[in-house]
Amino acid sequence: MTPRPVITTDELDPTDAKRPRWRRPRVRLGRWSAPLGIAGALVAVVWILVAIFAPIIEPHDPLAQNLAILQPPGQGTLLGTDELGRDVLSRVLSGARVTIPLSLLLVVLSVLIGAVIGAVAGFFGGWVDELMMRITDLVMAFPTVILAMVIAASLGASLLNAVLAALIVSWPSYARLTRGLVLGLRSSNYVISGRLLGFSPLRSLWRDIAPNILGPILVLASLDIGTAILLLSGLSFLGLGAKPPTAEWGSMVADAVQNFDAWWLGVFPGLAILSIVVAFNFVGDALRDALDPKANTLRRGGPTL
Amino acid sequence: MIEPAARPPRAASAVRGGRAAHPFLRYALRRVITSLLLVIGVTLVTFVLTNLVPGDPVAAALGQRAAEDPAIAARFRAEYGLDQPLVVQYFTYLGNLLHGNLGVSTLTHNPVASDLAQALPATLEIAIGAIVLSVIIGVVLGTVAAYRRGKVTDHVLRVVSLAGLSVPTFWLALVLYYVFYYQLHIAPGSGRLSSDFNAPPTITGLYTIDSLFAGQLDTFLDAVSHLFLPVLVLTLYTVGLLTRFVRTAVLEILDQDYARAARAKGLPTRTVVWSYVLRGASIPILTVVGLAFGSLLSGTVLVESVFAWPGIGSYAYQAASHLDLPGVMGVGLLIGVMYLLVNLIVDLLYGLLDPRVRLAS
Repeated sequence: MTPRPVITTDELDPTDAKRPRWRRPRVRLGRWSAPLGIAGALVAVVWILVAIFAPIIEPHDPLAQNLAILQPPGQGTLLGTDELGRDVLSRVLSGARVTIPLSLLLVVLSVLIGAVIGAVAGFFGGWVDELMMRITDLVMAFPTVILAMVIAASLGASLLNAVLAALIVSWPSYARLTRGLVLGLRSSNYVISGRLLGFSPLRSLWRDIAPNILGPILVLASLDIGTAILLLSGLSFLGLGAKPPTAEWGSMVADAVQNFDAWWLGVFPGLAILSIVVAFNFVGDALRDALDPKANTLRRGGPTL
Repeated sequence: MIEPAARPPRAASAVRGGRAAHPFLRYALRRVITSLLLVIGVTLVTFVLTNLVPGDPVAAALGQRAAEDPAIAARFRAEYGLDQPLVVQYFTYLGNLLHGNLGVSTLTHNPVASDLAQALPATLEIAIGAIVLSVIIGVVLGTVAAYRRGKVTDHVLRVVSLAGLSVPTFWLALVLYYVFYYQLHIAPGSGRLSSDFNAPPTITGLYTIDSLFAGQLDTFLDAVSHLFLPVLVLTLYTVGLLTRFVRTAVLEILDQDYARAARAKGLPTRTVVWSYVLRGASIPILTVVGLAFGSLLSGTVLVESVFAWPGIGSYAYQAASHLDLPGVMGVGLLIGVMYLLVNLIVDLLYGLLDPRVRLAS
C-alpha cells in the first residue's frame, strides 16, 4: 500500500456538499440499489403471476402420476419427472400457489398483530406495556425456527398449523419496532397538541402517529417476506407443513433425498425458493435505502433525499 | 487509585474504589435474574405446548385398547399425575426438569435427557466451528465493505451477503453434499467419522479435540474433513448477517470524532482499524453474534438432518417428523436455554466493555 501523507477534505467528510454531485456516495448508492430493487421486484412479480396463472401455464397436472418415472430434464419434459411420474416443472410452478400466498398472509398478519400490540404498549405504557413486552421477550427467547418447529409439532403437521406456528414466532419483532417508534413520537409536540385539541387515543394513534411510523414497518415487512418463505418451506422440509401429494417446495426438496441420483428433483424447487427470496430481499433492501437513508449513509451531513 | 483489596467502608466505596466493581456486579445480577425468569418462562412455554397436544396422552402411551379400559386409564393418570390440576402438573414438570428428567422419547424409548447429552457435543462441534469462522469472515468483509463504501467492492459484498441470507439452508446442504461427495468424491460422506475410524476416547465429546488428546492424528484429520461441509453451510448463512451488521457498525464508528482524529493524525490504517474502529464497533458486533447464534442453532436443525450428523438438530428432525413430543420439547428447552445463556454472556460482556451500559441502568 502506498502511504498517503496528506488528508484531503474528501476523506474527512465524504458526503461533503463541496463534492460534485455525481461523486456523492448517496447518488452512487441509489444508482446501484435501485436497479437491484427493480430486478427483484420484476422477479417477484413474475412469481406472483405464476402463482395466479399456474393452472393455465402448467404443461401437466402437478398431481397426475401419468408420465415415465424419473426422466432427466430435457427428455420429454423441461425439468424432468419424479419417482411417481409427475412433471417437476408443473410441480414447481404449482408450488408458487402454496408458498407465496401463505407467506404474504403470514407477513400481513404478523405486521397487523405486532403493530397493534406494539402501538398499544408504546402509547399507553404502564402495566400494559410491561406485560406485552415481557411476552415478546419470552417469544424472542427462542430461536425462531426452533420455536416454530416445537409449536408446529404440538399442533400437528399441516400447512395451516405451520403458518400459525410461524405467526406466533414472527409478530414480536413488529411489536418491538412499533413500540419503539411510538414511544419516540408520543411526546412530540404535534402529537401532544392533537391530544390537547381533544383527539382520542385511537385518533391520535391513527391520524398523527401511524403515518409517521409506516416507513420502517414496511421496510421490515418487505425484508421479512423472504424470511417467511424460508421458514415455511423449512417447516415443510422437516415434515411439519405441507402433506403429500401437495406440491410444496420445501417438501419437494425433502422428498428428493429418497432419489439422490435424480438431482433435478431437489435442485429446481430449491432454486425456486432461492430466486423468490433473493428477489424480495433485494426489494426490501432498496426500500430501506429509499425510506431510511441513515442505514447506508453517514449521519452527519448526509443528504437527506 | 485505591486498592480494592482493603475494602473501604460503604460510603467511601460509592465515591472511589468500589465504583469500578459495584455497578457492574449490580448490572450482572440484574441480568442473571432476568435470564432466570426467562428460563422459567421457557419451561412454561414448553409445558403449555405439551399440554396443548390434541389427542389423549393415555392412548398415546398405552395404545387405544388399554386406554378404553377405565381402570387402566385411571391408574395411568394417577401414576403420571395426569389427574392433578394443571398448576400442580407444572410444578411436577419443573421438579422433573431440575432433576434432569425431560421425559422419555416415544421414538427412541430412551430418556430425552440422555439422548440430548449424547447429541450435544456433535452439535457444539459444528456450531463452534461455524460461529468462529463466520465472525472472522464477517468482521473482515464488513470492515472492508465499510471502508469501500459506495465502491464496487461494497456493492458486490452487499449482493453476496443478501444472497447468503436468501439461500434455503437445507437445500444448500443437499446441493453441496451431492456435488462434493456424491459426484466429485472430494468431501467425505455423512456422519462425524468415516466407517474405518473409531470414535476417540471421550473427554470433551468433541471428536477433533478428543482425538488430539489421544494423539490420533489421522482420526483428527478425518473428523475435520467431516466437519467441513456442515460448517461451511452454516457459515454461509451467518456470514451474510454478520457482514451487513459489521458494515453498519463500522460506518457509525468511522463517523465518530475519535476515529476521524486517529485517521487525521496519520495513523496507519491497520492501527486505526484494530485499535480504534473495531474496538468501538465491538458492542454492536457482539449483539449480532448473539443473534447469529440463534439462527445458527435453527440452521443446525435443518443442516444436520442432511448430513446425518448425530447432533441435536438431527434428533429434533427425527422427533419432529415422528411427532415425538417429549423429544421435540426437550430440544426446544435445551436450545432455548442455550440461546438465553449466550445472550446473557453477550450482555455481561457489554457491561465489561462499555461502562455506559452498566451505569445507565
